[in-house]
Amino acid sequence: MSHTRRSRWLATAAALIAMSSLAACGGDDSGSDSEEDVTLRVNLFGKFGYTDLYKQFEKDHPGVKIVETAEGDLGKYNTQLTQRIAAGSGAGDVVAIEEGQAVNFLASADKFVNLQDHGAKDLEDQYLPWKFAGATTADGATTIGLGTDVGGLAMCYRRDLFEKAGLPTDREAVAALWPTWDEFIATGEKFQDGLKGSDAKFIDSATNTYNSILMQSADHTYFDKDEELVIETNPAVKAAWDKALEMDDKGISAELKSFSPEWNAGFKNGDFATIACPAWMTGYIKDQAGEENAGKWDIATIPGGGGNWGGSWLAVPADSENQDLAIELVKFLSNADGQLAAFNAVGNLPSNPNLYEDPALQEATNPYFSDAPVGQLFVAGAANLEPVFLGAKNQPVRDAVENAMRSVENGQRSSADAWDVAVADAQKVAG
Amino acid sequence: MHLRDRLARIDIHGAPYLFIAPFFLLFGIFGLFPLGYTLWVSLHDWTLLGGNEGWVGFGNYTELFNDGYFWNSLLNTFAIFLIATIPQMIAALALAQVLNASLRAITVWRVGVIIPTATSVAAVGIIFTMAFSRDFGIVNWMIGLVGIEPIAWNQERLPSWIAIATMVDWRWTGYNALILLAALQAVPKDLYESARLDGASAARQFWSITIPMLRPTLMFVVTVSTIGGIQLFTEPLLFNPGANAITGGDIRQFQTSAMYVVEQAFTGQRFGYAATIAWVLFAVIVLVSLVNSLLVRRIRSAD
Repeated sequence: MSHTRRSRWLATAAALIAMSSLAACGGDDSGSDSEEDVTLRVNLFGKFGYTDLYKQFEKDHPGVKIVETAEGDLGKYNTQLTQRIAAGSGAGDVVAIEEGQAVNFLASADKFVNLQDHGAKDLEDQYLPWKFAGATTADGATTIGLGTDVGGLAMCYRRDLFEKAGLPTDREAVAALWPTWDEFIATGEKFQDGLKGSDAKFIDSATNTYNSILMQSADHTYFDKDEELVIETNPAVKAAWDKALEMDDKGISAELKSFSPEWNAGFKNGDFATIACPAWMTGYIKDQAGEENAGKWDIATIPGGGGNWGGSWLAVPADSENQDLAIELVKFLSNADGQLAAFNAVGNLPSNPNLYEDPALQEATNPYFSDAPVGQLFVAGAANLEPVFLGAKNQPVRDAVENAMRSVENGQRSSADAWDVAVADAQKVAG
Repeated sequence: MHLRDRLARIDIHGAPYLFIAPFFLLFGIFGLFPLGYTLWVSLHDWTLLGGNEGWVGFGNYTELFNDGYFWNSLLNTFAIFLIATIPQMIAALALAQVLNASLRAITVWRVGVIIPTATSVAAVGIIFTMAFSRDFGIVNWMIGLVGIEPIAWNQERLPSWIAIATMVDWRWTGYNALILLAALQAVPKDLYESARLDGASAARQFWSITIPMLRPTLMFVVTVSTIGGIQLFTEPLLFNPGANAITGGDIRQFQTSAMYVVEQAFTGQRFGYAATIAWVLFAVIVLVSLVNSLLVRRIRSAD
């Protein structure tokens, strides 16, 4: 064998060895140093107000570190979570499930830890009955999540803009302006008339108001409890659609798309005077409007009585490698103290009815919103909140309806045409 | 035959295959297998969380051909692709010519044109979306100076296509220019010298030497741009910030096919149908690439 041949052989062998050792490297970096050093990954959307609770949990469990990722955009969060749960990896140790997604994930309950195997049944009376049931399968055998907050609606408004328009600013007087949505619209027109020389509008957008009206007017929206699409036969949907677009028609809507940069800037610039305000929205407003607008906002009751919009559960994906700790963390975050801490941090309304009489909640005020008695405002209707059944395909149908409604606001379609499009799109995505 | 000779024979014949094997291995795992698997999924009713829910044969494909939103997305994709690519190729070629000349601090300029490519696409999307916004955007302010009414860039069809094409061009023109520049520098200088001696004008030199010599590189650049153009996703997604971004506008005026795949897969949770769209899109890319190479081949060869 000549030298060149030998060296070629060597090169081949070396290449093979290099490849196989590379492959070996790839599979062997997952072992942790000790059992004590554990990182719990918590995957949320928006604001849950858990920073201090994490610190306490970490103090009680030396060696445990909690890392939270919070996605701002709910649609994006739901997409990512569904993707990761479907893939069976990467979802994290604790995840938040939003109300619209619960039905969806309950259909794949095996992808989550059954919390009933870890004493969830003993905690049942800690939650509003429908809140506990909302994350439990129909046969009652599997519970995939424990409740955090519930919706509860109010109306946030800008005192300074109301004053400019010659409307009362005191929250009781403001609430008296609008017992019904029709009176709300009439107030909006008065606001617009009184506000000469300013670009501000009365409401942020038709879609947001639409969702509030819809969520307070029926126990189901686009789907009935058999998961049949009822967008055309449920009168609440069309009524809410018409009422919201009437507001746009009367010129009282700023026509800003939810969660867009313009909408966010609108909080700061005072582009709109009111926004339908589930409890969790107060934290968002404070964040977007910023410290310079502290005291300009206030909260009154919402037209048409209470309503339920939003709320979440915390769940442990089956692929979590630290299930026991994760379950403990879920219980810790969702127990009464945890819910109260979250309420104090960002205003999320507890789903634990035992707290509703608690002075800590009853007497709570929010300095950012001119010391509005947020505890009383949101708790008032909370005990009577009814769950709204949404169905597995709620999100795509809601997207279709919102898009159609926005095309009316943008002047691209008439209301009648857009409604037809919304119904056709809904039928399409409902399959 | 002696064992050693036999080994040597395997060595000579086998080693080259062994050396190129890693590519084909990786291509098989990350290219071929997903392709086949996607085809398999597309023949089923397949939900994202529930998995396989039964064989439907070509049912998804039949549905796709009657799906107006798919054709709409394809129209958007091609319109944006054409609006973006044609000016981009011309600009890249011009830029490459300039960078090939002897300028002062030439390296600075050459590095400069690659910077947009290195910028994060998210940053590009956000900045351009702000620039094209209706009320405070710099673009509407500039066209206002010459008396044009403000345009609602992300609400109307053609303006939204143009805005997105601008983003694509801003990012990729410099990249293509550098590739063309590399090819330009490989053109033998004596060809130009003899052309000059023969009295050929600059334009004549460009058409009769530069373009033919660049042909293979042009083909590469056009093909890569085509694939990128048909897979366009992030720029239009970011152009519609806020809720329901994936539908590319309220009336889907700038939803590309890649966005429609994602919408069906994740918002609609219809994995099988999304796989169908992905496969049809793959076929479209193959088809367009073939047409491209035929077109570019028509450019006269240097020989």
